[in-house]
Amino acid sequence: MLNIWHKIQQSLSLGSAQGFTGGIVHGNQYKITAGHPIVACALPELFIHPIKQHIGEPCEPIVEVGERVLRGQMIAKPQGYLSVPVHASTSGTVTCIEEHTIPHPSGLGMISIHIKPDGMDETDESLHPLPNYRSVDATELRERVRDAGVAGLGGAVFPTFIKLVQDQQNQIDTVLLNGIECEPWLTCDHQLMLEKAHEIISGLDIILHMVEADKGIIVIEDNKLDAADVMKQTLSDMGLTDSIYVQVLPTRYPQGGERQLIQAVTGKEVPAGGLPLHMGVLSLNVGTSKAVYDAVCLGEPLTERIITVSGDAVPKPANMSVRLGTSMHFLLKQCGVEHFDGIKIMHGGPMMGELLNQDDVPVVKGSNGILAMNQQTIMRAHHQEEPCIRCGDCGDVCPAGLMPNLLAAHCKENQFERAEDYSLFDCIECGACSYVCPSHIPLVHYFRYGKGQVAQIQREKTFAEESRQRSEKRDARLAKELADKEEKRRVAKAKKEARAKALAEKEAAEKVVVDKDNVEQPDVEQTDKPEVKVDEKPAEDKA
Amino acid sequence: MDFLYPVLIFATLALIIGTGLAFASRYFYVEGDPLADKVDALLPQTQCGQCGYPGCRPYADAVAGSGVAVNHCVPGGERTMLAIADIMGVEPKAIEEEETAPVVAYIREDECIGCTLCIKACPVDCIIGAPKQYHTIVTDHCTGCTLCLEPCPVDCIDMVETPELLEHWSWPVPGTKRAVKAEKRKAQHDGKIEGTDA
Repeated sequence: MLNIWHKIQQSLSLGSAQGFTGGIVHGNQYKITAGHPIVACALPELFIHPIKQHIGEPCEPIVEVGERVLRGQMIAKPQGYLSVPVHASTSGTVTCIEEHTIPHPSGLGMISIHIKPDGMDETDESLHPLPNYRSVDATELRERVRDAGVAGLGGAVFPTFIKLVQDQQNQIDTVLLNGIECEPWLTCDHQLMLEKAHEIISGLDIILHMVEADKGIIVIEDNKLDAADVMKQTLSDMGLTDSIYVQVLPTRYPQGGERQLIQAVTGKEVPAGGLPLHMGVLSLNVGTSKAVYDAVCLGEPLTERIITVSGDAVPKPANMSVRLGTSMHFLLKQCGVEHFDGIKIMHGGPMMGELLNQDDVPVVKGSNGILAMNQQTIMRAHHQEEPCIRCGDCGDVCPAGLMPNLLAAHCKENQFERAEDYSLFDCIECGACSYVCPSHIPLVHYFRYGKGQVAQIQREKTFAEESRQRSEKRDARLAKELADKEEKRRVAKAKKEARAKALAEKEAAEKVVVDKDNVEQPDVEQTDKPEVKVDEKPAEDKA
Repeated sequence: MDFLYPVLIFATLALIIGTGLAFASRYFYVEGDPLADKVDALLPQTQCGQCGYPGCRPYADAVAGSGVAVNHCVPGGERTMLAIADIMGVEPKAIEEEETAPVVAYIREDECIGCTLCIKACPVDCIIGAPKQYHTIVTDHCTGCTLCLEPCPVDCIDMVETPELLEHWSWPVPGTKRAVKAEKRKAQHDGKIEGTDA
């Protein structure tokens, strides 16, 4: 029955065979750094390494204050499974381990390892290169990817090693390399593909070997045809055209989202709550692929990444190769920013990025772009929220097929259960709905608020349940203690009574004996005996 | 004799139904009060006694059983009150006391004399210590009920605000004009509830 329905759907092409639903098209005019060669950023005076730069458990520092570290040396080891280590970005001395603000919209801090570089930039060579990766076991390669601290460099920073394993139930047959870079302004992946094509493709080859997949696709949007040409050329030079090919897609935001990308390439939609793995697809960013190559073939941990530094307040926008832990203030100064008053710094792209309150925050593994915007530019784009006119534009552009207007209304009125019924958690926060809203409703902001509140309610519920159990256990314990006490008292009382009784009996017995001793007179016994005899006689008579 | 038939029919029916009901009441008997269970599940389980009952469960029993007002749970706040009012099918009532930031107890160990009085007072067993030894509070389990403050003979327990954790941080309500307006409207609405209450 279901098969028939699927066939009907396919014949009517209801499920879009290619492309994803919704989405918006940005102009190319914002990609001002396109074609700018990658420039290496100078060494700053201080490196700040937060102990958690990925999704998952934070790491534990393993260096001490005053210790000298080398570039690529592990300075914080992972705790738990969902965690990858942090490495020093250059050689130098650990000056302190204390809280420092991180690039996060809350402006809160995190324990960070501060390293003062000594300028020698000596490298730690404990990870030996494995250039013949084809003869190395997949488990060892996976361990290597973890030890090198590789996490998804597209912005989500999910530990990469977790994905790089062939699943028993879901056979991975396709590996997608995400070179979409659909955010306006950002060009770091574009430039990386132009300059490091060989490394990216080798990385993909390593990944194909690890998960035993037979097909690799490098997906590029048609506003980066030069990168596609370079990739194709490199593929034929390396002789890998049998297993890997380049696919060019029409430019549309948010095609770089994992689920949207899979839908656009394979025509299969990842179900709500499902993983790309369930579709037999593994998708990775091109930067991550290069990091895998560095880790395996060169034995280099992840200590630097490519960042687009751009925005209308930056005089010399550039694609920069930046060591992790460099302060954003320093980075912007390198690009010619002199005055930090009146500019706003955005971490990530303009659609999904977050405005930062400070500029003194370090570059982390997830930083793909830093945009410095003039305050006036932002205020020009900022409008007061107007009432929803129910035009439905937000629903048209939503790539997840949600109804953003209703979701936002529920979140606004704190009706989170209803918002969850309308699939709040399927929202990927791409920002397309906020972008097109003619009433300037900050829809994604409402969804983020709603998601936070739902998590908060869940935490409170769990805590209440724990407290209830503790309280109940305490009551039970107290009741038991009381019962035990009662029981003890009862037993003691019974014993005491028994003892008293025994004593009384003993005394009585002694008394009797004493009495007997005292009163033992033949006359009394003689007078008693005849009486007994008198009692017994009638019985004998009856018998 | 015709009048006997209806009497007989109804008597038989009554007997059958009565027997059925008797069996149903025995075999489908529900232990406890399901309504009180529902209310109890909504309460924050701080066991603080601010509602005037010796714990969350007794208050839930009182609300479900004898129709005590739904607005006595101070730590639960407005959200809990609204949820209870929804379950009980009564009008929401504003909470009289102001909502405060979440707090946990903290023992200044230098001053603690090790009297174990606070340990006995803690409803969730989160104070560790032994006679004539420092006591300390497992802050992860502390519900902030303040019940340990009163028995302390040397007043060495403080209530401190819980620090904002990065992993627990969530986005605030969007601060646009409309959101502010909505907040104002809500405040007026709350005022109306208070008015009807008074």
